[in-house]
Amino acid sequence: MADNQSPELFGQTPWQTVGPFFHYALPWWGGADLTGQSDIGAAPTRLVGHNPALNHSHGRPMPAGEPIDIFGRVLDGAGEFVSDALIEIWQADADGQYGGAFPGFGRAPTDEAGVFHFRTIRPGSVPGPGKTLQAPHIAIGVLGRGLLKRLVTRLYFADAPQNDSDPILDLVPAERRPSLIAQRDGEAWRFDIVLSGPNETVFFDC
Amino acid sequence: MSADTPFSPEDPAAQPASLFPDYRSTVLRSPSQPLIRIPQTLTETSGLSDGWDRLMGGAFADLTTQHEGVALGQRIVVTGRVLDENHRPVPRTVIEIWQANSAGRYAHVRDQWDAPLDPNFSGAGRVVTDDDGAYRYLTVRPGAYPWGNHHNAWRPAHIHLSLLGPAFATRLVTQMYFPDDPLIEIDPIANAVPLPYRQRMVSRFDIGTTVPNWALGYNFDIILRGREATPTED
Repeated sequence: MADNQSPELFGQTPWQTVGPFFHYALPWWGGADLTGQSDIGAAPTRLVGHNPALNHSHGRPMPAGEPIDIFGRVLDGAGEFVSDALIEIWQADADGQYGGAFPGFGRAPTDEAGVFHFRTIRPGSVPGPGKTLQAPHIAIGVLGRGLLKRLVTRLYFADAPQNDSDPILDLVPAERRPSLIAQRDGEAWRFDIVLSGPNETVFFDC
Repeated sequence: MSADTPFSPEDPAAQPASLFPDYRSTVLRSPSQPLIRIPQTLTETSGLSDGWDRLMGGAFADLTTQHEGVALGQRIVVTGRVLDENHRPVPRTVIEIWQANSAGRYAHVRDQWDAPLDPNFSGAGRVVTDDDGAYRYLTVRPGAYPWGNHHNAWRPAHIHLSLLGPAFATRLVTQMYFPDDPLIEIDPIANAVPLPYRQRMVSRFDIGTTVPNWALGYNFDIILRGREATPTED
C-alpha cells in the first residue's frame, strides 16, 4: 500500500491549490500592514460566523524607514479581475536586513475588484550572488483558485538607480522587465500582476 | 550550512505544472511564458522562521471545541512530522489548517452548496511542530462536496495545509486526502500530480494514533525542500 507513510515514496510533498475558500484561514487582521499600524489584510466580507482563530496583529511599534502603500490588481489571461487570489510578500527592512524586529512577511487577499493593498516599509538593498548588491525589492508569491502552485515574482521600484545593476533583473529580457517595476501612482505605488497573456508578469523558478 | 545555502530545486516530477486543463480554472491563470530561472539569493533563502505567531496568531490545534458546542462529525486526530528532503526535522514551524465541515460545507460566503453549516465548526486552525518536527491536531473528518469544474464533479474529502518552513523558498500549500477514497482518482486537482507522487498526499489510517472510545487517527508527514549539501558541511 503506497501512501504518505511509505518509505519508497519519501520526497517533496506536492503542491495543491489554496482553492477559493482560504479567506477564513490564511489572511488575518493586520496581515497586509507590515508597519503594524492598521488592521488591513483580513477579508471580513467572505466570512460566515465568528472565527476564533482569526488573529489581530496590529498595534506594534512603527518600524524605521519610509512607509509606503502598494496597490495592484491581479488579472487573468482574459483580462478579468481575479477576486480570489492571495498575495504574499517577503522583504528586508529599511536597512536591507532580514529577520530583525520588522516582520518582513505579509498577506493580502484580492477584493471583489481583484485589488490587493499592502502598507509596508520601503526595503533597503540586500546582498546578491557573489559580491553583487541587489536593488531594493519585494519577493511576491501569488496563490489562488486555479493556481496549482505558487507563482513567484518580484517588485522593484521605478525610481531606484540600483535597478540598472540588479543581478536578477539582468536575467530578464529587457522588454519584459517593466512587469517587475512598480510605478508611482500619486502617493502610492502601483503594481499589477497579470497571470497570463500578452502583458504577462515575469514569474521566476527559484 | 548557513542562511544563504540554497535549497534543492522543486522536483519537477512530483510538483504539478501550473497548467492542467482538466482543472479548468488553471487555463486562464497559468503563465504562457516559461518561468525564468534565477539563483536563490538571501531573499529566497531567508524567511519568517519565528515570530509568525505575532502575526497570524498562536496555536489552535483543536478545531472541534472553538465554539460553545462541540463540532458535529467523526472526530479525528491527525499526526505526523514535517521533515526536509534530507530527512531533517523542521522544528517550530507553523502549519495552517482549513477544511470543510463534516457535511462538506465551508464557512465561506462563496460556498453556496446546499449542505448544512455547523455553528460549532469554523474549520480553521494552526499547529506548531515540536523539536522533532512532530505535530498533532484534532478535527472532524471533512465531507466530500460537489463543485462546478465539470458535470457531477466531486472533490474528495481533504484538509488544506499551509506551511512556511524556514525560508521563502520552502513555502508549501497542499491538501491531505484520506485512504481508500474513490473520488481521488477522478479529481482533477489531485490528478494534477501524477502517480506515484499523488500518493504522497494520501494519509494513512493508524490504529495506534486513534484515541480509544474517542477519535480515529491518521498519519501524514509533510516534506519540504531541503538545503543543498555544501562542501563545508559535515
